[in-house]
Amino acid sequence: MADFEVPELREYPIIPKLKEGVMAHSSPYVAKPELQQQLGFPGEMVDDWKEKAIDTLGELTGKYRSLQVFLDSCVKCGACTDKCHYYLGTSDPKNMPVARQDLLRKVYRRYYTLPGKIFGKLGMPGFVGAAELTEEVMDDWYAYFHQCSQCRRCSVYCPYGIDTAEISMAAREIMDAVGKGQKYCNEIIGKAQIIGNNLGLPEPALKNTLEGLEEDIEDETGVKVRMPLDEKGADVLLITPSADFFAEPHIDGLIGYAKVFHAAGISWTMSSYASEAANFGMFIGSYENTRKLSLRIREAAIELGVKRIVFGECGHAWRVAYSFLNTLAGPFDFLDPNYPVPQHICEFTYELMQQGKLNLDPSANDDMVLTYHDSCNVARASRMGDKPGGQFEIPRAIIRATCNNFHDMPADTIKEGTFCCGGGGGLLTDDLMEIRVKGAMPRMQALNDVTKNHSVTHMAAICAICKSQFSKVLPYYGFEMDQIVSLHQLVSNAIILDGQVTEGQETEGEEITN
Amino acid sequence: MSFLTVTYALTFYFAAIVFVFGLAYRIRTYAKSPAPLKIPTTPAPTTRTGVVVRMLKELTVFESLFKSNKWIWLFGILFHAALLLAFIRHLRYILPDWSLLVFMQPFGKYASFAMVIGLGGLLVRRIVVDRVRYISAPSDYLMLVLIIAIAASGMLMTFVEHTDIVALKAFLLGLIFVDWNPLPTDLILLVHLALVALLMIIFPFSKLLHAPGVFFSPTRNQVDNPREHRHIAAWAAKLETSGK
Repeated sequence: MADFEVPELREYPIIPKLKEGVMAHSSPYVAKPELQQQLGFPGEMVDDWKEKAIDTLGELTGKYRSLQVFLDSCVKCGACTDKCHYYLGTSDPKNMPVARQDLLRKVYRRYYTLPGKIFGKLGMPGFVGAAELTEEVMDDWYAYFHQCSQCRRCSVYCPYGIDTAEISMAAREIMDAVGKGQKYCNEIIGKAQIIGNNLGLPEPALKNTLEGLEEDIEDETGVKVRMPLDEKGADVLLITPSADFFAEPHIDGLIGYAKVFHAAGISWTMSSYASEAANFGMFIGSYENTRKLSLRIREAAIELGVKRIVFGECGHAWRVAYSFLNTLAGPFDFLDPNYPVPQHICEFTYELMQQGKLNLDPSANDDMVLTYHDSCNVARASRMGDKPGGQFEIPRAIIRATCNNFHDMPADTIKEGTFCCGGGGGLLTDDLMEIRVKGAMPRMQALNDVTKNHSVTHMAAICAICKSQFSKVLPYYGFEMDQIVSLHQLVSNAIILDGQVTEGQETEGEEITN
Repeated sequence: MSFLTVTYALTFYFAAIVFVFGLAYRIRTYAKSPAPLKIPTTPAPTTRTGVVVRMLKELTVFESLFKSNKWIWLFGILFHAALLLAFIRHLRYILPDWSLLVFMQPFGKYASFAMVIGLGGLLVRRIVVDRVRYISAPSDYLMLVLIIAIAASGMLMTFVEHTDIVALKAFLLGLIFVDWNPLPTDLILLVHLALVALLMIIFPFSKLLHAPGVFFSPTRNQVDNPREHRHIAAWAAKLETSGK
């Protein structure tokens, strides 16, 4: 199935011995000149790339306290060395968080610290952990900063909170600045900035898809559930990842949101102009591009005259939405002040559950035994509800209300210690398949554990990337691709709408085909 | 005044200047560099008070490190707690014999063993654990060796070969009040003091910056309230006023 070795799943996780350089060959395609220029970056590697890279690094330390403090503070204690899923899955030492950071830190030390300058002049920068910026170093940057999903697991365990995501973002920003951007991310950012979503779906295509979905729901339930697009005056603007419009199992989640809005009797709309929740600007560390994408949401909210903004299931998107949207595109003083801006669809559904506005029959999901995958950026870079940790409790509360069978994976692999799916942070592209499969190993191992011990059959997630990634990598580990489900797919199965036609006990048992 | 005393006095002035100004410069850099986005590692406190509690836990019991690796935590906390006690003990060289300071003396004395055990453990890990060996530069080993040497030379004076601490105190107070007194000439003391001066000089340029750095780490010191309060850096605000 693969031209690389798929890691074996063990009963008890181990920390692998180092195998140097085994992932050095894993580099994504480089962005073409037009793509680069579209985002304001040089088309190709500039002649003075070295000076430009060093200058950009200096600029970034002046703009980001995180970068400055993190580059200075690491003591190389080794606490993070066994925390990255990419290290656990590949054994490549440069996938240990500290070693990945050091690819950039050693250059910082060489050009921006006194010991680095002194020992560099003496021709022995390595003595103080510094290094010249060379082509090999640049190749390492390109390879290994695209083997980081910016999942922040390392930052939980670092005694100084050093977050490799910040370092990766800075490194990618430097590479973009010298003309070596990643094709996958930059192509997507371009599409989202011009068309409005990462898939490049124009308004007519969206409209068509949504009408098709409305028909499907009506066929299935006998209820006319609407999927409104660009409807002015709606209460809620739903911003959801564009994968929700066509990919499995994402689309079942979208149907779930629609049913929840319908059941609550709250008017809502999607926007063709801002038809994307995911903001890839963050992956490349570009404040300007992240902001530009975020502003589309603000503009759509104003244009449509909505009162609230709700985000669909998407991990990194929720980070940008929850943590950055107010900064990048706020203030949102023109929206209803009684609701946080933005809200997560899980917060929205949970609130309705609390108010008893949803009629849920958990037995509809009795054909499944569920576990829940905490998406990395929801877990470690955001919140839901008004209490810390709501991002763990609210999705689980929804699962418990919609399913009778639920078991969590081992404690050190969930919640704040959750393992990334392996495809986040701009890695969800076929040219990075090997690192994606290997990086999924720790999650697969945890899933295997509950499969064996608690007969778990399905894993729910609230992230478009997680869902796409798992559909693709589950088969490598002997699972079925449809064992990953959307959380709102469970809601969709369990919810009973007013006037819904139920044929006997049968509900829409579509997801079990294996 | 002997050549030795003058050399040490000048060295310590130099070391103190480098240490104080070097550190102040770094701290100023950290304080001045903006944090344009809210990036606390969540779950994070939603109030300032909560953040103070989180930071105190990091500073006193190394909470994150405890979650991470019990061996590093054990060696790390042994060393740092011992360092604090040893530091307090050394205050007697510049302060009067207050009763609390006198009371703390034996703690500082025996903490030296914990300090060496902690540092030794960290050094052994650095050599033995392949992952930590991989990320170690020569300076990482030497830093540990330097502090072990400082601790060991101090222990030698405490437990084996006493030095004239009355004269030492006179020398140190003389430095502070610029009224120099001769430095005792015991070799161990000279080594001890030279190494301490070296440590002070490299402090602001090395990974020892983790000490001030931890206070400025946005993933730990930010309040989790981005929806409630709009957070914006000056350079980012300029993007808004300059038009899109």
